[in-house]
Amino acid sequence: MNENVYVPFLSKILNVIPHTPIEYTFRMQYQGEVKPGQFFEVSMPKYGEAPISVSGIGDGFIDLTIRQVGKVTNEIFEHYEGNSLYLRGPYGNGFDVADYEGNEIVIVAGGTGVSPVRGVISYLGEHPQRHKGLTLIAGFKSDDDILFRDDFEKWMTQMNVILTVDKGEPSQHRHVGLVTAFIPQLDMKCISTAKAIVVGPPAMMRFATAALIERGFQEENIWISHERKMCCGLGKCGHCRINDKYVCLDGPVFPYTVGKNLID
Amino acid sequence: MGYCFTKDAMEAIWSEWEKCYDIYTPKCYHGKGRFSDTDCIRYGQVHSIDEVVFDKKAEYSPKEFLLQNAETLFYFTENHIQESEKRQKEALIFLRSCDLHAIKRLDAIYLQQGAADNYYKRLREKAKFVLMGCQKAFDTCFCTDMGTNQSQDYDMSIDYVDGLYFMDCKMAQWDELLNGAAKSIQTVIPTYVTETITHITLPKHIPQSMLQSDFWRQYDGRCIACGRCNFVCPTCSCFTMQDMYYTDNGKAGERRRVWASCMVDGYADVAGGGTYRKKNGERMRYKVLHKIWDFQKRTGYPMCVGCGRCDDICPEYISFSHCINELEKACKEAEVNE
Ligand code: SF4
Ligand code: SF4
Ligand code: FES
Repeated sequence: MNENVYVPFLSKILNVIPHTPIEYTFRMQYQGEVKPGQFFEVSMPKYGEAPISVSGIGDGFIDLTIRQVGKVTNEIFEHYEGNSLYLRGPYGNGFDVADYEGNEIVIVAGGTGVSPVRGVISYLGEHPQRHKGLTLIAGFKSDDDILFRDDFEKWMTQMNVILTVDKGEPSQHRHVGLVTAFIPQLDMKCISTAKAIVVGPPAMMRFATAALIERGFQEENIWISHERKMCCGLGKCGHCRINDKYVCLDGPVFPYTVGKNLID
Repeated sequence: MGYCFTKDAMEAIWSEWEKCYDIYTPKCYHGKGRFSDTDCIRYGQVHSIDEVVFDKKAEYSPKEFLLQNAETLFYFTENHIQESEKRQKEALIFLRSCDLHAIKRLDAIYLQQGAADNYYKRLREKAKFVLMGCQKAFDTCFCTDMGTNQSQDYDMSIDYVDGLYFMDCKMAQWDELLNGAAKSIQTVIPTYVTETITHITLPKHIPQSMLQSDFWRQYDGRCIACGRCNFVCPTCSCFTMQDMYYTDNGKAGERRRVWASCMVDGYADVAGGGTYRKKNGERMRYKVLHKIWDFQKRTGYPMCVGCGRCDDICPEYISFSHCINELEKACKEAEVNE
């Protein structure tokens, strides 16, 4: 009998990093192949399974940034020490760094949309020889919603970071305004070959991709990542389907040329 | 090998079969219909040939056997997982040609698309199919237009005509029994319809503009998002995971999957409060295009098998077949304008 694809495995919680009162990164024990942008189905006590994208990958671990939403258990936020969680995955295609390497790269991410691209940002940040210029535009609702603060500090030394909040007082370290506001003034050396990744809420992705195209980016040089209610991750439950595509199998990362025609 | 049997012979065969199989067929649930004093025909286990309903369409489809409306996947504790038990006995499922074609669609999703589904597979491997011939189409059937009116890949077939049963059997293991019981041995071709009352014309091409067309708005108000059209459909196969907890801390319980409907609220909710397709018309588009367009792009054939059950069940008298015909016209117009 072949392995049951629905049966999760136990993974130990190695460390927990709180970002905001409701968003924590759980560092989980994990051995195996995994790419940024892929996701795991995480069993949360009293809640059930939820698809969580991999926000970091390291030797023997993966990071899962989990947001406490609605009735999502307080349990795993409060009693995590020494505990384990059931996981299954990884699922989905994930980002392929080879698609962007060697070019100027712009990454636009909103809110928890930073999670799936965090691995790509860190990789490119640490390998400056792999690109010809890297800009990160990251937007959050307010200062209280900013995730990965430590990372941003490091990223600011490695790349051009535009950190912005929708609402807040002016400050030295970050801007105020929507991510789209910073796209027209992007200083690009070769716009026709520059690559862009856009991840975030649907409206933000729509406006950001439109702004990038307006700025001169080629459609085929843009990638997006979709978030859907992925119940199974296996192409069965149907919840993630958009037209003839299954976000869990064919995505969550789509070339914009494919993604733009997907109508929910 | 083809045979003709009297009722007595059929009963004798039945008791032999029951030693090896649980037998599921359309059967009558008296007084359980949608209106008071009406009966409901749906799938259930039967113990005699008399219980099999040959002359009416089952309101629900035989998918109920392969995809139960609530199925336990496993039991869990804090550090242990125990898979739910699998069925031991084989099952004999009586179904019509459209429904047998529907099994092929379920196989495409559950066995061929992505990794094979263990729970589906373990039931599927236990299932044998008996094709029930159709002498006449029901009012809402449009199988001929979908190319599902005839089937070859059955294990056995059965036709009930004037008190006699006609069978074609492809399972060598039953030849001896059937040979001995037969009134006559003859070539049997399961009956199938070539004429239907309802007809549809599939759109040849669906222009991108139809995805956001006002065409779908007519369903915003008419459809009440009850999901019945999905639940009766032999090819609808979506589910939602659900955990049942035995303990307060949520660390012991069971995981189930339950039928889900893309017409019902909540289907497209994502964590954090977002959702897609709030309008019922958008859901109608999502369902209809999957049935006749999106699934086909992946597999090469449409998902809908033309059983007409969704038309039969809709409390708002929304007709899927009518929708397809109107859509076909609208697509042609949209193409001209594009
Ligand atoms: S969509 Fe309607 S007609 Fe087609 S297979 Fe489903 S229930 Fe039958
Ligand atoms: S059965 Fe009719 S009313 Fe109910 S969801 Fe389907 S189309 Fe809408
Ligand atoms: S998550 Fe279930 S089909 Fe994609």
